[in-house]
Amino acid sequence: MDAFTILNGKAAPLDMINVDTDIIIPKQFLKTVKRTGLGVSAFYNIRYDDNGNELPDFVLNKPEYKGAEILITGENFGCGSSREHAPWAILDMGIRCILAPSFADIFFNNSFKNGILPVVLPQEQIDALMQEAKDNPDALIEVDLEKQTITRGNKFSYEFDIDPFRKHCLLNGLDDIGLTLQKNNSIKDFEDLRKQDKPWI
Amino acid sequence: MPRTLYQKIWDDHVVNKQDDGTCLIYIDRHLVHEVTSPQAFEGLRMAGRPVRKVENTLAVMDHNVPTTDRSLPIEEEDSRIQIETLRKNCEEFGVQLFDLTDKRQGIVHIIGPEQGFTQPGMTIVCGDSHTSTHGAFGALAFGIGTSEVEHVLATQTLIQKPAKNMRITVNGELPAGVTAKDMILAIIGEIGTAGGTGHVIEYAGDAVKNLSMEGRMTICNMSIEGGARAGLVAPDETTFQYLQGRPMAPKGETLDKAIAYWKTLFSDDGATYDKEITLNAADIPPTVTWGTTPEDVISITGSVPAPEDFKDPNKQASVKRMLEYMGLTAGTKIEDITIDKVFIGSCTNARIEDLREVAKIAKGKKVADGVEAMVVPGSGLVKAMAEEEGIADILIEAGFDWREPGCSMCLGMNPDQLKPGERCASTSNRNFEGRQGRGGRTHLLSPAMAAAAAVTGKLTDVRNFL
Repeated sequence: MDAFTILNGKAAPLDMINVDTDIIIPKQFLKTVKRTGLGVSAFYNIRYDDNGNELPDFVLNKPEYKGAEILITGENFGCGSSREHAPWAILDMGIRCILAPSFADIFFNNSFKNGILPVVLPQEQIDALMQEAKDNPDALIEVDLEKQTITRGNKFSYEFDIDPFRKHCLLNGLDDIGLTLQKNNSIKDFEDLRKQDKPWI
Repeated sequence: MPRTLYQKIWDDHVVNKQDDGTCLIYIDRHLVHEVTSPQAFEGLRMAGRPVRKVENTLAVMDHNVPTTDRSLPIEEEDSRIQIETLRKNCEEFGVQLFDLTDKRQGIVHIIGPEQGFTQPGMTIVCGDSHTSTHGAFGALAFGIGTSEVEHVLATQTLIQKPAKNMRITVNGELPAGVTAKDMILAIIGEIGTAGGTGHVIEYAGDAVKNLSMEGRMTICNMSIEGGARAGLVAPDETTFQYLQGRPMAPKGETLDKAIAYWKTLFSDDGATYDKEITLNAADIPPTVTWGTTPEDVISITGSVPAPEDFKDPNKQASVKRMLEYMGLTAGTKIEDITIDKVFIGSCTNARIEDLREVAKIAKGKKVADGVEAMVVPGSGLVKAMAEEEGIADILIEAGFDWREPGCSMCLGMNPDQLKPGERCASTSNRNFEGRQGRGGRTHLLSPAMAAAAAVTGKLTDVRNFL
């Protein structure tokens, strides 16, 4: 997993609430056995017409938002299924940070496992960022994970919360499994105890 | 200190706790299917790691499988590759697999309980958000992504912080014609699709207690549609009865020991919840969805709402978009909405009790002209039972399409899909845009309501058939 430290990028406003995982990556693309290559299919049903041509009105198709690395969106982003194909597809499009008033739990969790930073901000701050992204598509927004800030020049600076352990893993690009296996002895002890205590498990 | 059921199960599984509160929790059961596991097995292979507890891991193919003749090859190449990949991975890592021709094959959340693999007090995970289904047994069960699937395969643990506690109490008795599905749709309508985010929901009250295990599974299944990763019902005699004699459930003296433990799994008097909701069962009507999120519910006797009926401007914009997508006009009576297809199946409603409900309504009637109605049993064993009980004959006689088990049109990864503009009365769990096929329009409802819709050709109050 790539580490996440400071991101200075363009932000695209996806002004919708309840963007579900079927919208982020429709079922036909879940048949892959790889993690990569899903970017071209992200948001397929709202991004392309029936013949596979780009829909000009979809925000990420607009020339001014091409190459955006930050997505600003509405509440309950990523609701629905547990498919990690959703963050894989978003990451494969080049997006490393998503700003929203709220996220669905599983998507939120999956994002961290893939080096994507999901940031929860109050609705008014999201509204301001959304407006800014609409008015000034070329403006760069800086996301600083170490300092936990989102800034845009002198225009605004917002602070955000993040779980310290997740922050640590993301800053250093750490692999969870390796960390957990360092506790292998504790897991073994737990298993032995459980075997005595609850033999049916 | 008094603890909730969730807290008791959580405490029982903490392997290690860091200073910041992050815990390593032990996972008792892991269910695996073909869509969310290939990258996880690949990760193990690359790191040279084995599956830590093959005996606590069970795999099945369900999402991609065709629901037609199993002896024929799978035509869709990507689907075939995914299924073959699961087969190869299970062989290589020594994981038990219910393969396509196995009678026990079926939807992952139906086969776990059916085999007795799912038991009270356990932690159960699967790379699928409807893992919440297993919470019906008083197990802490939730969906995980593929990275966590790999983590569990390798370590039999997950890194987590405890969730918040929410209790939803449904008092009283459900009226005739109103089922567990209506109850959960009404609950989601009440709390919204994000109402349970960050929480584990415990369902309580007489109306929940009086449900069969099948009904409890339907309720817990859709917890994720209310934003909660897990739902719970405290285990009781109904639970213990259900588990007796299941192939993977404990037996004899071990069973007695297990039941003694299971009986301790309830929320203590005085335990506190971060959020509490109470509903009266008597107020719940047969319920359907009209929009493209599961919170957009309405009574079968109601009418399609208008954007102005909602206060939040974001919701208004979303309602406008939903009505367009669904091809509905505000003010239209729900019972005037005609349908093209009926789908009876999914991990929400494809258990034997669901099929019995369908047969009760369909008996001696015919599927309406121009309507295609498919029934996809949840597992090979459910299918066999339904055939033995005469349910299959009743449904085939009525003109339903009787198929092989799998996830099927709930998410349309196999060829069972809606065409653009087609409208479907569906017993599944998600009415998202494009879920059942690009441009497809889904109305969620109970199996009995789906049967009523099949025979009349429109959304219909099942109470007219009682």
